[in-house]
Amino acid sequence: MANIVVLVKYVPDATGDRTFTSDNTVDRVGVDGLLSELDEYAVEEALKVVEAGDGEVTVLTVGPEQAADAVRKALQIGAHKGVHVLDDAIAGSDAAATSLVLAKAIEKIADYDIVMTGLASTDGAMSVVPAMLAERLGLPQLTFASELTIEGDTIRIRRDGDAATETIEASGKMVVSVTDQINEPRYPSFKGIMAAKKKPVETWSIADLGIEASQVGTAAAWTKVLSFEPRPPRTAGEIVTDEGDGGTKLAEYLASKKFV
Amino acid sequence: MSTSADDYLDLDTLLSPDEIALRATVRAFVDERIKPHVAQWFEEAHFPRHLVKEMGDLGLLGMHLTGYGCAGRSSVEYGLAAMELEAGDSGIRTFVSVQGSLAMSAIHKFGSEEQKQTWLPGMAAGDLIGCFGLTEPGAGSDPASMATRAVRDGDEWVLDGSKRWIGLASIADVAVIWAQTDEGIRGFVVPTQSEGFTATPITGKLSMRTSIQCDITLSGVRLPADAVLPDVKGLKGPFSCLNEARYGIMWGAMGAARDAYEAALAYALERRQFDVPIASFQLTQAKLVDMVLEIQKGQLVALQTGRLKDAGTLRPEQISFGKLNNVREAIEICRQARTVIGGNGVTLDHSPLRHANNLESVRTYEGTDEVHTLIMGRILTGISAF
Repeated sequence: MANIVVLVKYVPDATGDRTFTSDNTVDRVGVDGLLSELDEYAVEEALKVVEAGDGEVTVLTVGPEQAADAVRKALQIGAHKGVHVLDDAIAGSDAAATSLVLAKAIEKIADYDIVMTGLASTDGAMSVVPAMLAERLGLPQLTFASELTIEGDTIRIRRDGDAATETIEASGKMVVSVTDQINEPRYPSFKGIMAAKKKPVETWSIADLGIEASQVGTAAAWTKVLSFEPRPPRTAGEIVTDEGDGGTKLAEYLASKKFV
Repeated sequence: MSTSADDYLDLDTLLSPDEIALRATVRAFVDERIKPHVAQWFEEAHFPRHLVKEMGDLGLLGMHLTGYGCAGRSSVEYGLAAMELEAGDSGIRTFVSVQGSLAMSAIHKFGSEEQKQTWLPGMAAGDLIGCFGLTEPGAGSDPASMATRAVRDGDEWVLDGSKRWIGLASIADVAVIWAQTDEGIRGFVVPTQSEGFTATPITGKLSMRTSIQCDITLSGVRLPADAVLPDVKGLKGPFSCLNEARYGIMWGAMGAARDAYEAALAYALERRQFDVPIASFQLTQAKLVDMVLEIQKGQLVALQTGRLKDAGTLRPEQISFGKLNNVREAIEICRQARTVIGGNGVTLDHSPLRHANNLESVRTYEGTDEVHTLIMGRILTGISAF
């Protein structure tokens, strides 16, 4: 028996142009967005766990109105119900404030055994929220799982590091983050797309969670983005025409860049 | 800019969120599971059998049928799926058409309850493959001249004859075979394990190389009395199934055309001659514009046809409009896209010529250009020219 809360995030489509708002945070409202791809692995792993035993998968998101799309996609893939924390005061929140909102929402969901997340969001890419969340909830954390097995209320994961592969376990309630190596996420089936429309989604404000507006948003952020500068587009490569001396020219180029 | 090139007329505003979500699922499947490998499959004349189960899991097989494990989606949704599949390759879309629109729909429309229960859930799930035997070596556009015959022998039927160009027959578990009987043309549900049933893949194809088409020989195939499809007699049986498939084709062809156009556009922006991208040349722009004009028009034709079909008012001659127009235009677009890519366009590194070659088959099967032209001509003039 495992009820799982999966954290999902609505992120700007990486194939579109990234834009920023006037306070230098990523514009999540005026651009096309989607469920963060790395979260699909968490949804898939949670579904595999409940399909192997029983229990329900609840997806939880914090974000603007369009973030409901990320919840809907997760429900189409197979999650059972959704929670969307939606409040204008949250805009511009840093990771610490986001983890506060998530922690309070998870406490309100109450009936859960595992909190599962992706390894990072594809926009912020900080990977710190799972750890912050575990701290706030007072739960053990198994992070960066590339394999996961369950025995009773014990979960064992494999974490692939640069120098070593670790096997780690924890028991009871916990936070687990999974990598993109752990599984092959399924596509939403046609039945899943239709079934998702009937699945319950609750929308909560920060007041519902007992959070003051002053605790979240840009003003409460511990760090501030002072400026941003779009990276210059990549310049075209240099084409060397081989007129019998192609090898020499390549060697000269590599030497000029100190590669040889 | 890329958005307007894909959907110049904002046709997505004519679709519901559910339709767009379903299309997104199929498009992601095609981008990840088909496009990276399709050139190799085509070169090796390989049908990706391993995708059958995955397509079943998605709900693609018999998706517009209801009950028996089928997804129960609308005609427009079926069309959108066909368009995305054929943007990958006509061979894959053809498999889905044969399985769902021909074999499954024949059993679904005309089968007994027992036949439906026996075959449809497994076919919808992708555990079982079906084929549909109408065309014969001597009977193509004129199926009434078929020579395959079924004769009653006590409690059994005995089938003799041959079929040609039958998709999937060599890997199928079940074949719907149409045959002459004393009471007109009837359909039979034939397990391919039956003694006397042989399917041999046709080799040397220059088209549709990622799917399988076969010769079938039926020599004294004995079937129980309940193998016959009980609810239909005459050519209206197979024709009503062909109409289902023809409908999907008009969408699919536009998928192939779109993919060819996208390949040509990308190449034209990248490829430089005379010191500029070839997209700067007026003649190249004219080609790209002509492609978008016909793709958008073809999609509108398909969508309108789908809406009529979902409303239950679609007439067969209206299907001829879309099948004739969209396949004809799609071949032209794919060939024109090949010219933009120049010499490199004749290799499998680029999709347009593969699509154009595939569409040669699509143009011929499910009613040739000529047959659909004459169907429309008969409607316009009131005179049957065939």
